Amino acid sequence: MSSTITIIRPKKTFSLEDFREIWRYRELLYFFTWRDLKVRYKQTLIGVAWAIVQPFTTMVIFTVFFGKLAGIPSDSVPYPIFVYVGLLFWQFFSGALTETSNVLISNQSIITKVYFPRLILPLSSVLTKFVDFAIASIILVGMMIYYGFLPHLTGFLLVPLLLFITFMAAVGGGLCLASINVKYRDIRYALPFFIQILLFVTPVIYPASIAGAYSKFLALNPMTGVIQTARAALLGTTPVNWTLLGISFVACLVLLTIGVIYFKKVERYFADIL
Amino acid sequence: MTPIIEVKNVGKRYDIRHYKGQYVTLRDVLTSILKSPFNFAKQKVKGLAGAKTKEHFWALNNVSFEVNPGEVIGIIGRNGAGKSTLLKILTGITPPTTGEIVMRGRPASLLEVGTGFHPELTGRENIFLNGAILGMKKKEIIKNFDSIVNFAGIEKFADTPVKFYSSGMYVRLAFSVPAHMEPDILLVDEVLAVGDAEFQKKCLGKMEEVTRVDGRTILFVSHNMAAIRRLCKKVVLLEKGEIAMVGPTEKVINRYLGSAKLDSSVSFRVNRDKEAQVSKVTISNDKFAPDIQIEIGRDFFIDIEYEILRPAKNLLLSLIFQANGDTFLLSSESDKSGRLNRYEPGQYRTRIKIPGHLFNVGLYSFEIRLHRPQLEMVDQKTNLNFEIVDIPENPRSVVFGGHFMGPADAVLDYETIKTR
Repeated sequence: MSSTITIIRPKKTFSLEDFREIWRYRELLYFFTWRDLKVRYKQTLIGVAWAIVQPFTTMVIFTVFFGKLAGIPSDSVPYPIFVYVGLLFWQFFSGALTETSNVLISNQSIITKVYFPRLILPLSSVLTKFVDFAIASIILVGMMIYYGFLPHLTGFLLVPLLLFITFMAAVGGGLCLASINVKYRDIRYALPFFIQILLFVTPVIYPASIAGAYSKFLALNPMTGVIQTARAALLGTTPVNWTLLGISFVACLVLLTIGVIYFKKVERYFADIL
Repeated sequence: MTPIIEVKNVGKRYDIRHYKGQYVTLRDVLTSILKSPFNFAKQKVKGLAGAKTKEHFWALNNVSFEVNPGEVIGIIGRNGAGKSTLLKILTGITPPTTGEIVMRGRPASLLEVGTGFHPELTGRENIFLNGAILGMKKKEIIKNFDSIVNFAGIEKFADTPVKFYSSGMYVRLAFSVPAHMEPDILLVDEVLAVGDAEFQKKCLGKMEEVTRVDGRTILFVSHNMAAIRRLCKKVVLLEKGEIAMVGPTEKVINRYLGSAKLDSSVSFRVNRDKEAQVSKVTISNDKFAPDIQIEIGRDFFIDIEYEILRPAKNLLLSLIFQANGDTFLLSSESDKSGRLNRYEPGQYRTRIKIPGHLFNVGLYSFEIRLHRPQLEMVDQKTNLNFEIVDIPENPRSVVFGGHFMGPADAVLDYETIKTR
């Protein structure tokens, strides 16, 4: 007999043990992510290409309407590449947020039948979106070659950090939404609208400088720092604004902490309500 | 010997609101705040102050027992006695409100077969996914892969999406994966309810093998007394969330069958998330009056009320009758008139006429299934009871001196002629 001892007690909020547990269940995390990718790419006609077509088409449409017709400034780089960098991070974030908020409901048959650390589910949906991000970046590389942008070394080094911040923001926000969604099922109808509004208060289609005196408020939105820094690092639009990035980092950390605590607090009811 | 499972004073309290399985919409909450903000604030303050504003209900209360390594323990009890709650706590799906459980060994649970199966994925892919969900390591799955495929008999179809499987293949594969788990403790719910009799036999056989050969500890929840008798030496009887009796199988089963309460009408809570659910079962006599004690020889009726919550296709209503809690007497499924290929949401009632002279004097139980045969159990209500009582003018009770031989009561035609 193995020496594993399991003790089940009334649940407290979270502890370090939760993180160790997620590590123990890392294979399941892998399998959930793998399932979501596999199923999605099997069900759509064009499969993997979807991850490229979606941001690419959006980029073309935004370029025509916002870049050409509306003449929105783009920090003196070509508008297509300007908006694509923004879209890349934005779609990772918004996609992960949407997916995560629904993940508990769509997996309720598993949650009510088997135990595993529930945090695995939102994590796997964000990872799934991360794969999409990686695929869509191929276009960016192509565009950078086409427009002749050669990023600095700092630029390259910054990308993982930016991804990490986006990851924290998506997980943090997603955890809150997922927990609320279990209790109040009408959240999912309000979410697309909420995300659309978020798009307009995030400098995806316009540079943050356009907001002038209001740009301080934009800085509170963690995605502002990420997208601004991504442009600065990859395209050299402006020098990297470390303060802005710092604010984003802290904001995401706070969001993630709130998300994890809230999720763990309501986690114990999931199987009872679902 | 150190017990492998120690359950100490475990209790589970449900908020009635949660228990009903209803979820609130944010819209409702917001409108209630806007309509009467003071009332809402008052409620909140009361709640924070710890005043009793919500109704609570203890699904389990002060449950303690121990299981020794290698033991197979059965857990029985009526609907709502807390069996499933206990199992959900043991598996960690829901935490207890009070008490503590210590498990010395690797546990695995089987509350359902085919958890997490995805129709678009192939058999091979689903084996890995389902195995991982059940807590198997990747190495373990790879090691057992061939044996899983063989046991399920799907060698040729391992790379076909399971949506193309026949229902039999699907269920075999779904059971085959958990059958190859190697835990120290196995927690099993009424999983044997799926599949046909043949398949159920195979599952029982596999479970017996697992306990005898590997000396595994099993906790087994079931309404099927035959399965309990076959597998378990010791049984825990739950009544209204508390332990009513722990002891040798036969003794506990007798107590359980003796205590079965008789209600002519049983209502069930309706979980809004399900597709369809049985909401009420009523037994009435030949004068349509609710009655649980039917005089022998008379017709009676079973009324099943059910609610369809989402448009449903190909649902079938079935009845299974048992005597003594284990002898299967009769299974019946709805005929063409009772079988609707397409149910619109709403309330339905099916009345089943049970002809007189079918059951002999005695206590009978039956279960109702709302299902897609061999594919999916949409709803199941077990352990519903009725009693057939004797009447003074019953000739058989005179002939057999008050002993009723056998559960069937068909009136046979004896045609006697003098031949020589």
